[in-house]
Amino acid sequence: MLVSELKPWEEILGYLDGEGRVFIVGCKGCAEVCQTGGEAQVAEAKQKLEEAGKTVTGSTVVDFLCDKALVKLRLMPHEEEIVAADSLLVMTCGVGVQATAAVVDKVTHPACNTVNQGGARGEWRGSERCRECGDCLLDMTGGICPITACSKSLINGPCGGAKDGRCEVEPDVRECGWQLIYERLKKLNRLDRMKEIVPPKAYSKMEPPKHLRSTIMWALEQQEKEVPAP
Amino acid sequence: MSLRDKLASGKFVVTTEVGPPKGVDIEEMSKNAGLLKGKIDAANVTDQQSSVMRLGSLAGCYLLKQWGLEPVFQATCRDRNRLALESDFLNAYVMGIENALCLTGDHVSLGDHPDAKPVFDLDSVSLLQAVKELEQGHDLGGKELKGSPHFFLGASVTPGADPVEPQILKMEKKVKAGAQFFQTQAMYEPKQFEEFMKSVSHLNVPVLVGIVLLRSAAMARFMNKNVAGIFVPESLIEEMDKAEKKADKGIEIAARLINEMKDMCQGVHIMAIGMEDRVPAILTAAGL
Repeated sequence: MLVSELKPWEEILGYLDGEGRVFIVGCKGCAEVCQTGGEAQVAEAKQKLEEAGKTVTGSTVVDFLCDKALVKLRLMPHEEEIVAADSLLVMTCGVGVQATAAVVDKVTHPACNTVNQGGARGEWRGSERCRECGDCLLDMTGGICPITACSKSLINGPCGGAKDGRCEVEPDVRECGWQLIYERLKKLNRLDRMKEIVPPKAYSKMEPPKHLRSTIMWALEQQEKEVPAP
Repeated sequence: MSLRDKLASGKFVVTTEVGPPKGVDIEEMSKNAGLLKGKIDAANVTDQQSSVMRLGSLAGCYLLKQWGLEPVFQATCRDRNRLALESDFLNAYVMGIENALCLTGDHVSLGDHPDAKPVFDLDSVSLLQAVKELEQGHDLGGKELKGSPHFFLGASVTPGADPVEPQILKMEKKVKAGAQFFQTQAMYEPKQFEEFMKSVSHLNVPVLVGIVLLRSAAMARFMNKNVAGIFVPESLIEEMDKAEKKADKGIEIAARLINEMKDMCQGVHIMAIGMEDRVPAILTAAGL
């Protein structure tokens, strides 16, 4: 399971600064279990946004937001509401935010921090898209994760090592993550996000408590330990 | 006069690079330093360039100072986390090193220790910020320092990158974070450099144009294929190819490029990559 926790509301509202109309996307998978992106949290988010003076153009909760093909299918009936919105607030793990960004040409704000994936990668399996850093930066980077997309995990822009849009590390198979981010932000008319200095990451957040770092099997193993072998 | 003072006074400055040895035999490094003494304004000491393990920048800077040169401490984020980097800037200061160039660094996979763990805890922008914090008397942990260091802080930029806009956006961040001068990646196209300088003129920060001395046509082709942000035009490659005396031709081209670009910027940074002994000849040929 991909464990996520809700970002502080002031941080989320900060992302939405200058945007009046928002479409909310939730997730019936892990985010519902974590109570960060299920029906109840989407309803709560709608209320919070309206209290802050925003118009919620619509909302939906997708079975598995990490399944890119499914996201596209599920968002299609909401096309008008999405087109009417300035941006999307996506309430799920980092993979789900990126899957949404990949199918919608709108700004996608993450509402959650992904704390641990418990060995799972979500349903968009083609590549590693989230490193459970616990302090999601997808809002700054147009919905493309710089921690996984950049081989140096740089958070303040590209190094000088890209050539023809390819990364210096594996040029044959790896695109420059920051070039992808740059092109995406340019397309969304949000290049100003690349001008903001991102402070050093709190790597302590990548060391969550053991119970969050483990799968459900870990809890069972703990119980087994308590029962002495016959 | 220090590098900072010279740039402030409007003097066109010359910096170059000294690559420390792989090992502890510093004889050649010392000989090269002797050749450069009095002819250049400052010399960068590379920080395990291309991720190849060698004598470090800090010790190299200390040696250059003893040999009468003004060093520029190159610090990359590749090998040290924020504790080690902050500490090394304190180390540099107590050794009397006044200039530093804050870099991200090449990936370890490109060097001779590809299995090493790449660090990149900070990046070039946050390293500049960290040093600024130290200058203001506290570290990244927010703790107060007993005596704070002061540096003339530099950064790098790749004017030949395609697209160049992300480089410029990052350059703006570097200035905001504390960069006081820039040394560029190698430039072989004055027109492209002129355009770049126009697009960063609002930053009002001194830029030292990077010149990489050519050894041969093969080297130029290799750089075109493998080194990001470097493009040697075919006309220069042909010139190198046809030249009988490759060394002289390389020097002539470097001097010509310097003369074509010196009115566009505030200085030149010559990277001779193992041919440091040819730097004085470049300066003579360029009339510097």
